[in-house]
Amino acid sequence: MSFQHSATARPKAFCFFFSKKKTFFLASFVTALTLCNLSVAYGRVPILRGVSFDVAAGECFGLVGESGCGKSTAALAALRALPRGGRITGGGVSIAGRDLAALSASGLRRLWARDVSMVYQDPSRALNPTLTVGAQVAEAFAVLGVADAVARAEAMLGTVQIPRPARAMAAYPHQLSGGTQQRVVIAMALAKDPKLLVLDEPTTGLDATVEAGILDLVDALRRGRGTSVLLISHNLRMVARMCDRIGVLYAGSLVELGAASDILRAPRHPYTARLVACLPDGVRRKQDGALQTIAGQLPAPGAAMPACVFAPRCDRAEAVCLTTAPPEAWEGGHMARCHFAPSFSAAPDALREDPGAAMPENAGAAGPENAGAVVPKDAGGAMPENAGAAMPKDAGAAGPDSLDVATAGRPVLQAVGLAKTYAGSGGPVRAVSALDFSLYAGQTLGLVGESGSGKTTLARMLLGLTAPDAGGEVLLDGKAMGARLADRSRAERQAVQIIFQNPDSALNRAHRVRRILARPLAHLAGLRGRALGEAVAALARGVRLGEAQLAMRPRALSGGLKQRVAIARAFAGKPRVVICDEPTSALDVSVQAAILNLLAGLQRREGVAYVFISHDLAVVRYLADRIAVMYLGQMVEIGPADAVLAGPHHPYTAALVAAARGQREERVGEPVTGGACVFFANCPWRIEGLCNVVLPPFDAGAVHAVRCHLAIENLPKTEKKGLLF
Amino acid sequence: MVLQRALKGTKVFWFFFSKKNCLLAFLMSVVRRLLASPGFLAGSAIVLFWVVCAVFGPWLEPQSPYADDLINTLSPPTAAHWFGTDQIGRDIFSRIIAGARPILSVAPAATLLATVCGTALGLLTGYAGGWVDRVLSRLIEVILALPLIVVALLVLVALGPSSLNVTVVIALVFTPIIARTVRSAVIAECKLDYVPAAQLRDEGALHIMFREILPNITPPILVEVTVRLGYAIFTVASLSFLGFGIQPPSPDWGLTIAENYGLIVGGYGWTVGFAAVATASLVVGVNLLAEGLQEVLR
Repeated sequence: MSFQHSATARPKAFCFFFSKKKTFFLASFVTALTLCNLSVAYGRVPILRGVSFDVAAGECFGLVGESGCGKSTAALAALRALPRGGRITGGGVSIAGRDLAALSASGLRRLWARDVSMVYQDPSRALNPTLTVGAQVAEAFAVLGVADAVARAEAMLGTVQIPRPARAMAAYPHQLSGGTQQRVVIAMALAKDPKLLVLDEPTTGLDATVEAGILDLVDALRRGRGTSVLLISHNLRMVARMCDRIGVLYAGSLVELGAASDILRAPRHPYTARLVACLPDGVRRKQDGALQTIAGQLPAPGAAMPACVFAPRCDRAEAVCLTTAPPEAWEGGHMARCHFAPSFSAAPDALREDPGAAMPENAGAAGPENAGAVVPKDAGGAMPENAGAAMPKDAGAAGPDSLDVATAGRPVLQAVGLAKTYAGSGGPVRAVSALDFSLYAGQTLGLVGESGSGKTTLARMLLGLTAPDAGGEVLLDGKAMGARLADRSRAERQAVQIIFQNPDSALNRAHRVRRILARPLAHLAGLRGRALGEAVAALARGVRLGEAQLAMRPRALSGGLKQRVAIARAFAGKPRVVICDEPTSALDVSVQAAILNLLAGLQRREGVAYVFISHDLAVVRYLADRIAVMYLGQMVEIGPADAVLAGPHHPYTAALVAAARGQREERVGEPVTGGACVFFANCPWRIEGLCNVVLPPFDAGAVHAVRCHLAIENLPKTEKKGLLF
Repeated sequence: MVLQRALKGTKVFWFFFSKKNCLLAFLMSVVRRLLASPGFLAGSAIVLFWVVCAVFGPWLEPQSPYADDLINTLSPPTAAHWFGTDQIGRDIFSRIIAGARPILSVAPAATLLATVCGTALGLLTGYAGGWVDRVLSRLIEVILALPLIVVALLVLVALGPSSLNVTVVIALVFTPIIARTVRSAVIAECKLDYVPAAQLRDEGALHIMFREILPNITPPILVEVTVRLGYAIFTVASLSFLGFGIQPPSPDWGLTIAENYGLIVGGYGWTVGFAAVATASLVVGVNLLAEGLQEVLR
């Protein structure tokens, strides 16, 4: 600790040397981290351009932006830990008043060892699989010269709210859940009592309920210890919930900076406004019309940029945006790098009212995410996202009433007693237990639940990729299909298709897009020659892919375009049912909105039914007519989307909704499997002697079924209208 | 057009040479990086030199490699005989150049045969899984457990030594090694979602193995092939040296060493030395090539 005193004894007003901005000069005395006009390049490719912000002592600062905006680079540059090839080309960084550029190698190591900690996205990679958790956490103390490292480690595991720390100490990382692993990593990061904690997407791989717990923990620790936090995420809503202030990065530039509440409610930069508007809000449904999207695509690194980096995609862009770099327009503590910031006041709600007209998703014939196509404000003949196919307001004449199962007609796909048991080392493991449900033509069944709830196993059983246990059946139009893919006829295979979560894995990287689309058309639709070529082009047009993209291989496409190819492929054989397995979870917010719009449009046009698997309730809410909730392989609730989300609903559904709204959720016990209610251990409403003994009844045929012993009037409800804010 | 379609349907390996194949485009991007690697450049220079010798040998040799000259036996290197002559007066320089042909036909042929068989076997075991994989994998392990030279010697004793038999034997021994590499690559590919996607559109197993998976695993196969080629050259030379490989009067290098190594003690080192250097340089050259490829492809 003596190092710290000697170092902090000479607070340097270093920022003065980099910049003339007085604010930073003053700030460097009290801030934990200051980035001053920081520019970073990899090789000759600039990644960050003049980024300035500071994190005050004890403050939680959020840095948001879509992938490729330079968030992680900013974090690494802030710690002077850029990978090989990356270098700071301008500006500077100070941590706790010390200029990082002036530090020697040993000084930098002291700083890393004592003052700053970083938590990465994937905890399973941050932990050594061959050492026990105890050994690893104790090491974090031992390197600081703490004598009773093991005892301190155990105490720290208690601090990060791991139940039974002694048992966790003896465990190996793979024996712990992802959430607990991340808590261990945070415990190691806190061992040195850092002045600055950098969290790079700390909850991206975690379930919503677990994410809420981790964020609560970070918040509590920050308040208790006065640690400054730099939180980096693509999740605008999560950052807004956690942080005091937010910086929004776009293409390496900080376009907006201000208090979290201001940025989400009253964004002053068009990019932020559009980004907020892209988020499904948990109220909006597909019947209400298309979601907002942002035209165009993030410029590739190294591409030539106009004066305002957002101008090519901005609907407010004028000539001045392309010629003059926008100034930082400050208003109070709120900065927006926009020429029109003083006059810009777009409440996201106002934008949402008028989806199609305000923002053309697609100007001209090129693909929507085609970079380069400048979309000026007045692009003549620009068409809204769902032009043609869409009738946003009056789509589905029945409106919400179409949710009524009684009028929904015949089920296209039915699961009867569908179960899957795997042979485990400690006896059989039930991945999915006896499910019954129906999927109606043209409807979406949203399937929610955390990882391990059996969603993916269920999807694989519906597809025939995994054979269910004997007795379980999948019925197509009332007729049983083969259990395995090999037993299914071509027509049966054709009827049920899937859109995978990760298009990188789902598309063969060796093949061109044209071939990826032509193959299922030739095989399932039996097309040849010229008819095939025309069908491929029509299929591509249907998902807004251009001729240029047909000649490319998947790796040359952006994430959104790849997912469009995967969607087109799933629709090639005119399927009756398409299973969407988290199709947007790997995508950025603006791209997600476009994909959801596309899926909604295709459903209207083709009358296809979706099983939509997602952990994001707002996304499910947008597309789903009915929602099924799974927990530990059991379906605990199924019913019309509104009824399931608003309640009265299952206590677990209540917990999911609460987590989505950022409310604290307490886990008390370990989940149990067996005859009794699977949610028993964690249920605040549990009835001892009943819930842990008797499996609650479940009437799968009911319009809204809840697997709970509680009477309907006693079930929890979610009152608020705005479901997820 | 019709021919092309027929070939497309039947001969899967035609795919390697077809215009649509990704391999070509992939190689174009790889070549640029390879040319920046000094090891790869040196290796390809050495290999290219010997390939030229093998192809154009008869035009490059100053004298016939078989012509004896009983007056000039065991002549040290002179202006007439740059590398000297052997026991019966044959020009060693000519024999070294001519010796590139037998080794550069047997070793690559054996490697190619092993690659074709090993790739097919690896694809089958990796993709089929289940009992097919279990049975074939055990078989592969049995062959892998046998020492290479001993197996080769036994088979050649039984079949009699000839260039064809050497090729077949080396291919046989290398097939399981390549199959194992291919199998692990296939298993990794099968975890990707494009494989179930192909199954869902009712593609046949052969199509999925050879058209969907194979193009994605060419890089590890390519590396394995170059590494194997180095071993094959070494093995051919060893077998020839032991008398079970290429037979006299071929100017093969291993054979030359075997015929003359007794003369080293008498001070006639040139009869053996140049052949040894030639063998070593070819092995080193191929290994440099393999290393360069490995660096770029992984």
